[in-house]
Amino acid sequence: MDITLTHYLVVAALLFTIGVFGIFVNRKNVIIILMSIELVLLSVNINLVAFSAFLQNIEGQIFAMMVLTVAAAEAAVGLAILVTYFRNRGGIAVEDINQMRG
Amino acid sequence: MLAAIAFYVLAAVAVISAFAVIAARNPVHSVLFLILTFFTAAGLFVLLGAEFLAMLLVVVYVGAVAVLFLFVVMMLDVDFAELKQGFLSYMPVGALVAAVLLAELVLVAFAASGARGAPLAIAETSGGVTNAEAIGLVLYTEYLLAFQLAGLVLLVAMIGAIVLTLRHRPGVKKQDISAQVGRRRSEAVELKDIRPGQGLG
Repeated sequence: MDITLTHYLVVAALLFTIGVFGIFVNRKNVIIILMSIELVLLSVNINLVAFSAFLQNIEGQIFAMMVLTVAAAEAAVGLAILVTYFRNRGGIAVEDINQMRG
Repeated sequence: MLAAIAFYVLAAVAVISAFAVIAARNPVHSVLFLILTFFTAAGLFVLLGAEFLAMLLVVVYVGAVAVLFLFVVMMLDVDFAELKQGFLSYMPVGALVAAVLLAELVLVAFAASGARGAPLAIAETSGGVTNAEAIGLVLYTEYLLAFQLAGLVLLVAMIGAIVLTLRHRPGVKKQDISAQVGRRRSEAVELKDIRPGQGLG
C-alpha cells in the first residue's frame, strides 16, 4: 500500500481532465470557465510538488509558487474584465463577447 | 498505512469536489466546492512534505482567489439557469476529449513508472532544515530574479484590475482638494454697497 509518484500523477491527471472538461461543457458561463482554469493550474501544481518530493529537489516547489502567482494574477484580471463586461452589457454570455471588437 | 489511507481519502475528495465545481447548478456552490478542492489539495501537499506550499495554497487560493470568485458571483446579477443551457449539447465532444486526455495522461504516468515504484518519502528534509527554510534558502538566492518577476506580475495584475474596474460617473459630487485649497477670497466673497432703507434689490 505504498503511495508512489504514479498515484499523485493519476490524481493530477484526473483534476486536469476535469478542468478541461469543465471548459468544454460550460461554454456559456465565463465564471465556471475561470474556475476550470484554476483547477487545471492546481493539477499542474500537484504534479510539480509530487516530482519535487520524488526527486528530493526543492526547486519544483519554487516553480509551483510561480504558477500560484500567475494563477492569482490571472483570476484577478479575468474577474475585473468580467465585471467591466457585465457593466457594459448587462450579461456575461460568452457568445456576445465578439461584439466588443473595435 | 495511515498515510496511504489519508492519500486515498484526500484524492477521492479532491476529484469528486472538482467534478462538483463544473457540474453544480448554482455557481455559489461551484465556488464552495472549489474551496474544498483547494483545501484537499493542500492536504495532499502536506502528505508530500511541502507544508509551506500547502499553507500558501490555503492562504492565497482559499483566502483570496476563491473569495474573489464568490464576491463576483454574488455581485453580478446573472440568470445562471439560462447560462447552464447547452450543458448537454457540449457534453459528447467534451467527454470524448476528456476521455482521450485522461487516457493519455494516465498512460504516460504508468508507462514511465518503472523507476518510480519507490514510495515517496514523506516530509523528508535534508540536513534538518524545515520545508519553509529550504524554500527560503533557494528562493532568495538562486531564484531571486524569478521571485522579483513574480512580484512584478502581481503589480501589473493589480494595476490592470484597478484600471479595468475604475469608472468616473458624471454627476457624482466628490471632494476636489486642489480646487478647495486653491480658492481665493476674491472669488469667494463679494462686497456690495447697500443703501440704507432699500434692502437687497
